[in-house]
Amino acid sequence: MTSFLTLLYKEVLRFWKVGFQTLAAPVLTAMLYLLIFSHVLEGRVRVYGTLPYTAFLVPGLVMMSVLQNAFANTSSSLIQSKVMGSIVFILLPPISYLSFYGAYIVAALLRGVMVGAGVLLVTCWFAPLHLENPLWVLAFAFLGGALLGTLGMLAGLWADKFDQLAAFQNFLIMPLTFLSGVFYSIHSLPAFWQAVSRYNPVFYLIDGFRYGFFGMSDVSPWQSIAVSLSCTLILAGLTLWLLHRGYKLRQ
Amino acid sequence: MIPALRIHQVAKRYGSLQALDRVDLEVAQGEFFGLLGPNGAGKTTLISALAGLVRPDSGRLEVMGCDVQSDYRAARRQLGVVPQELVFDPFFSVRETLQIQAGYFGIAASRERDAWVDEILHNLDLTDKANSNMRTLSGGMKRRVLVAQALVHRPPVIVLDEPTAGVDVELRQTLWRFIRRLNAEGHTIVLTTHYLEEAESLCGRIAMLRAGRIVALDSTPNLLRRFSVHTLRLRLRAGDSLPAEVKAERQGDTWVLPFERFDDVEPLLARVRATGCVIEDLATAQPDLEEVFLKVMHSEGAAA
Ligand SMILES: Nc1ncnc2c1ncn2[C@@H]1O[C@H](COP(=O)(O)OP(=O)(O)O)[C@@H](O)[C@H]1O
Ligand SMILES: [Mg+2]
Repeated sequence: MTSFLTLLYKEVLRFWKVGFQTLAAPVLTAMLYLLIFSHVLEGRVRVYGTLPYTAFLVPGLVMMSVLQNAFANTSSSLIQSKVMGSIVFILLPPISYLSFYGAYIVAALLRGVMVGAGVLLVTCWFAPLHLENPLWVLAFAFLGGALLGTLGMLAGLWADKFDQLAAFQNFLIMPLTFLSGVFYSIHSLPAFWQAVSRYNPVFYLIDGFRYGFFGMSDVSPWQSIAVSLSCTLILAGLTLWLLHRGYKLRQ
Repeated sequence: MIPALRIHQVAKRYGSLQALDRVDLEVAQGEFFGLLGPNGAGKTTLISALAGLVRPDSGRLEVMGCDVQSDYRAARRQLGVVPQELVFDPFFSVRETLQIQAGYFGIAASRERDAWVDEILHNLDLTDKANSNMRTLSGGMKRRVLVAQALVHRPPVIVLDEPTAGVDVELRQTLWRFIRRLNAEGHTIVLTTHYLEEAESLCGRIAMLRAGRIVALDSTPNLLRRFSVHTLRLRLRAGDSLPAEVKAERQGDTWVLPFERFDDVEPLLARVRATGCVIEDLATAQPDLEEVFLKVMHSEGAAA
């Protein structure tokens, strides 16, 4: 337990010490998105018939921040310590692979949730906050953080260099999050793209999260939670197996 | 008593390169053991296999009787490794680095832990730097922190992979004083180094590794005796020359005569005088590990 808590403490301290970059900067980015999109689209678009666009956009931006920061935390921590060689400090001690996984994921969740809460706090000022069902909100925030944190671990384990990680981020994570319905309801898309969106797990995370705020969504929250949970469990299983085997960590 | 380290038929291949070739080695508890060999001999690979950083293709490794794979948690608790590469975590101060490392080994924050960390810092002359960020330290200081990190969990077996490479004389002395003390207190020490005088003065027993094989393994005095000899160095009167029946080697204007025991020196000098040569200067030279090392590394198929 002590080794798990220490690794968690170290992972939290790592992003906390550079909080300007890891916490403040992503909040600012989300705020810029909100300012630009709401300026362009507010008053012209109503979602689900009645919802003003800015109100619709806020939960999507919050969730996108949770997801991107959870991914960034695990992936950059792993690649940095691999490239610097300081990964040996956690490979030499008797840390079980379960503790290893748990500590990285909890730290990623914490950072994701902290940034998400920050975005929510700042955007409250632009659109009145409406919380229909906080339990759904929490459930999707945690699942999303865990899923993207796990994906970040996979990317961080797999990549040997920073540019490989950047490729993973630019060609997989960015399209998945941007095309997930953060900025629009998929019902506004042509049928083909609606169908494609349904193969994107991030779509379910955003949609379910938004359901917690408005009680309205593109698909049922139960379907969303089922998809998100399955994806998380599958990727978690894969990551644990790779850690157990020492994939790219122990030759 | 179970050996501190037991390495049995360990082999590791990287592509076509046999980095370790069925290595057998036992190190007893309390030994100060030297692992020597040229670059690329496989020293770091062997240490990494002990630490579980490298998985051998075959063979078994045990630390204090604990198998490094099947019983990895117990094995790692018994082992402190100072890695060869100068690695550090740039986010933390020296003290944070040590506290975190202790925590990884399951040692929770306590007054006792703080006292031990303070003691390590003191013994490695790091007290002044305790609150400095790792990034701001010089190479030598970072090396000290690496040593400190290997000791936080008070491992009975300590392995140092070239701890003094590129390090100033002062640190070497500080370090060896501390490591000798740990050895005297019962810790087993295994050391690889490029400084052969260091190995000669510190290690009770030495293994020499070449191309993944152990090619010599013996106590330091035995190795010196077996592979190296005392020599008598004579400068003769100009124009004098020793005849072939006196076993000697000419190096410039010095004649080098091997002998085994100091009792042999007088008869040797008598033989030289009998040839009519006049000795103008005389010195003896001790055998040294450098010579042993070169001999072992250059002899083909040298056996342990
Ligand atoms: N990860 C690796 N991949 C391929 N070859 C390696 C790897 N690690 C070590 N080697 C090779 O194995 C041999 C032994 O290396 P090493 O154990 O570092 O030697 P030493 O520490 O004695 O200098 C060297 O030829 C080295 O190039
Ligand atoms: Mg080496």
